[in-house]
Amino acid sequence: MEYSHFALLTDEGMIEKDMAKANVTQSSALRVAGLSKSFGDFKAVTDVSFSLSKGERRALIGPNGAGKTTLVNLLTGAFTPTDGTIWLGGKDVTSLPAHLRIQEGLARTFQITNLFNSLTVLENIALAGAERKGEGWHMFRKNAFSTRALEQAERVMDLIGLTRDAFIEVSDLPYGRQRLVELGIALALDPKILVLDEPAAGLPSEDHDIILAALDALPKDLAVLMIEHDIELVFRFASHVTVLAEGKVVSDGSGEFVKNDPKVREVYLGESTR
Amino acid sequence: MDIVLSILIHSVAFTALLYLISVGLSVTMGLMGFVNLAHGVFAMVGGYVTATLITAVHLPWWAAIALTPFIVSGIGVVVEKVLYSRLYGKAELDQVLFSIGLLFVASAVAQELYGPLLIQIPMPASLLEPIQVLGVSTSSYKLVLVAVGASVALAVLYALERTTLGAMIRAAVENRTMAEGLGLNTSLLFSGTFALGTGLAALGGAIGAELFPITPAYGFVYLVYFMIVVAIAGLGTVRGAFIASFLVALISTISAYFLPEYGTIVLFAGVFLLLLVRPQGLFGRVS
Amino acid sequence: MTDIALTGNVATQALKKRHLRPVEFLPLLAVCAAPIFGEQYLPLATQIAIFIIFCLSLDLLVGFGGIVTIGHSVFFGLGAYTSGILSANGYGDPLTGLAAGAAVAAVASLALGAIVLRVHGFTLLMLTLCSVFLMQEIANKATDLTGGIDGLVGVSTQPLLGIFEFDLWGKTGFGYSVAVLAVVFLAVRLLMATPFGLSIVAIRDNRLRASMVGIPVGSRQLALYVIAGLLAGVAGALQSQITQFVSINAIGFELSGEILIMLALGGAGRIYGAFFGPIVYLIAQDIFSKFDPAFWHFWLGTMIVVVVLFAPGGLVGLASHLGKSSIVRKLMSEKEK
Repeated sequence: MEYSHFALLTDEGMIEKDMAKANVTQSSALRVAGLSKSFGDFKAVTDVSFSLSKGERRALIGPNGAGKTTLVNLLTGAFTPTDGTIWLGGKDVTSLPAHLRIQEGLARTFQITNLFNSLTVLENIALAGAERKGEGWHMFRKNAFSTRALEQAERVMDLIGLTRDAFIEVSDLPYGRQRLVELGIALALDPKILVLDEPAAGLPSEDHDIILAALDALPKDLAVLMIEHDIELVFRFASHVTVLAEGKVVSDGSGEFVKNDPKVREVYLGESTR
Repeated sequence: MDIVLSILIHSVAFTALLYLISVGLSVTMGLMGFVNLAHGVFAMVGGYVTATLITAVHLPWWAAIALTPFIVSGIGVVVEKVLYSRLYGKAELDQVLFSIGLLFVASAVAQELYGPLLIQIPMPASLLEPIQVLGVSTSSYKLVLVAVGASVALAVLYALERTTLGAMIRAAVENRTMAEGLGLNTSLLFSGTFALGTGLAALGGAIGAELFPITPAYGFVYLVYFMIVVAIAGLGTVRGAFIASFLVALISTISAYFLPEYGTIVLFAGVFLLLLVRPQGLFGRVS
Repeated sequence: MTDIALTGNVATQALKKRHLRPVEFLPLLAVCAAPIFGEQYLPLATQIAIFIIFCLSLDLLVGFGGIVTIGHSVFFGLGAYTSGILSANGYGDPLTGLAAGAAVAAVASLALGAIVLRVHGFTLLMLTLCSVFLMQEIANKATDLTGGIDGLVGVSTQPLLGIFEFDLWGKTGFGYSVAVLAVVFLAVRLLMATPFGLSIVAIRDNRLRASMVGIPVGSRQLALYVIAGLLAGVAGALQSQITQFVSINAIGFELSGEILIMLALGGAGRIYGAFFGPIVYLIAQDIFSKFDPAFWHFWLGTMIVVVVLFAPGGLVGLASHLGKSSIVRKLMSEKEK
């Protein structure tokens, strides 16, 4: 995994904005600078900057209420930022609506499974793939999907291990496999950047291997930002970790670095002594 | 000036009628999230019960009026427990259909028992005599309607704002899951509120029978009025129900006087436009 | 991965699944078979055919789209009045009337849909309620054009294709409506199997997810609304042409409610529900209302309540439920062998 930038921490534990700009513009899949979001007086996210390069696997962690989901919603366009800029592959998408960011290569999964309940696994995934290529308007086709969409869906299912459930209605699947379909839909959108909101949420630790196996199988040039609470999952998957607390970036670096950063311990331990 | 006063008096009386019937609907819809097109049935039943109490049981008018809400809310609780509660949280289509089905059944039963024509609620003759109010001739019936409506409105407002039950209702309307998490017995709350809503509707139906005659088709004919009031008011708001009732009553009365041909068109067009601008109604919550 | 690779098979199987099968024509054939029971039933069968078309159009919105509207008769009525007014003014060719009715209904549904689809749930229901009451009032007042509360008379339908005269026994009418029904049925059935049709179901299932896979929810639903409105207009135009009259109820709230009930009885979202609903409803109504009309209302209301509480998928849902359980039983016994 190559980084084209590394984190420089100032005394206050914030990432320098300058170095974030320098080497990153060419190969960053996702870049965020000075991103802030306030709901009235409440500052959910304050001055967050980081970038993700092609193929980078990064985890976003932090105590509850740190603003992780808000950050994800800002990235995907569900919320409009109060301040700051977002670039996808070098293009400024800050004011681009959600469904158009998908066209720019951004895909997300949800913390609570959000599937098309009356459709089968294959239909869920193929639909995403078909819409991505603008096939959704076709009213005069003989079939619900083009061969292309079906073959892509087949590849995705194969990749993450869903093929045997292809014709099962998603509402009939156990929760763990539904989480996989979440992932499948996101993959069918041909993303360059994948944002995973707690992919293992709601799963007992025994089932985490299913998710991990799927994550391992992801294309190598796909940039992935993962929010997770499960530290084991985080350190097995991510090469780079960003820690968020109270809406601000508190630490940023490799897994080892973050694990030993006193600032991070303060944030987590300080949280639990309250 | 006389016309203005006449319009005003009639509007206020009409407001009372609409308020009594719609306030229960707004609160129960806001509380249970249930689209209940059959609410007018309880007003109709109120009218029939009062008429029966007067003609068959020979109660005086005021006694029949006072007793009716309790009888009908009893019926309401039974219907809620046996039927409505099965559909809480179900698809909107199912709720709409169910309430339409209830409308049909109630209307058919009413027709079987009382015949297809409107029935009179025998009122004390004194109420129908014209009296002078500020130089304008009106009937004391309208004034009684206003008085009852006003006192109920105040009582309901007080109950909602000042009592624990009221606080519980407001909390549950605001956020049902949260309220349940706090240990609120929602099924008891729902039944209680439903009883209250249907009781008030029965009162409105019985006391408003001169304005909205009691026929088996009552639930169908006046459905649109109650729905409009609730749509304008928003769901789960008592204040809103009052103001919306007044608006509908005023517009209806004014157009009946000056634009009798186009009264209903004005009303529907107005509601349509309002909902476009403010889908949640004047006082409802944005979902 | 320990999963079996089904390369190529998955795609092939999926492509086959949504094809039109011959057995799907049975409900249509059932309607066509009505003359077997006797010529006196032709008017009833024709009415059933027209309402099936109307019901199919509503199914698109309510069943597939998840858009609960109680104002769909606006488009039926517009189709009826358009065709009727044209006919009363000398342009009585049925196919022209059909096209005109469909066109007017389509334009109206574009306008109304653009407004109504911005909201959902109760507000949408209320907007559609207001729209139907508004339209009925307008039709009521525009007596010169529509005949007001007495309805539009003077509708005189010319022979179909210049050959088939509309006879008193209703043979032409029946054949005409069934032909139109066949076309509409095919159109709806095939449409719902296209990518567009599937995206509509997806929007109904999970609106948020749909927008998060890039579906432009608003414009898809608007397109559906226009198609549904157009088809309702077709049904209305047929109605006016065959009965040679347009009643004020054609654009009324009661009709909207009735067609919703028919759909629910048959089962929404399953296409065949739109067949069985009107068949059962109209035949039952024909039988029951020969007695006291109140009797019919009572049994209708009870039927609705029972269906909603115990068979929410309507008749078709009930049938598929029973079908599934016998298959399950069969499978179980196979496994034990």
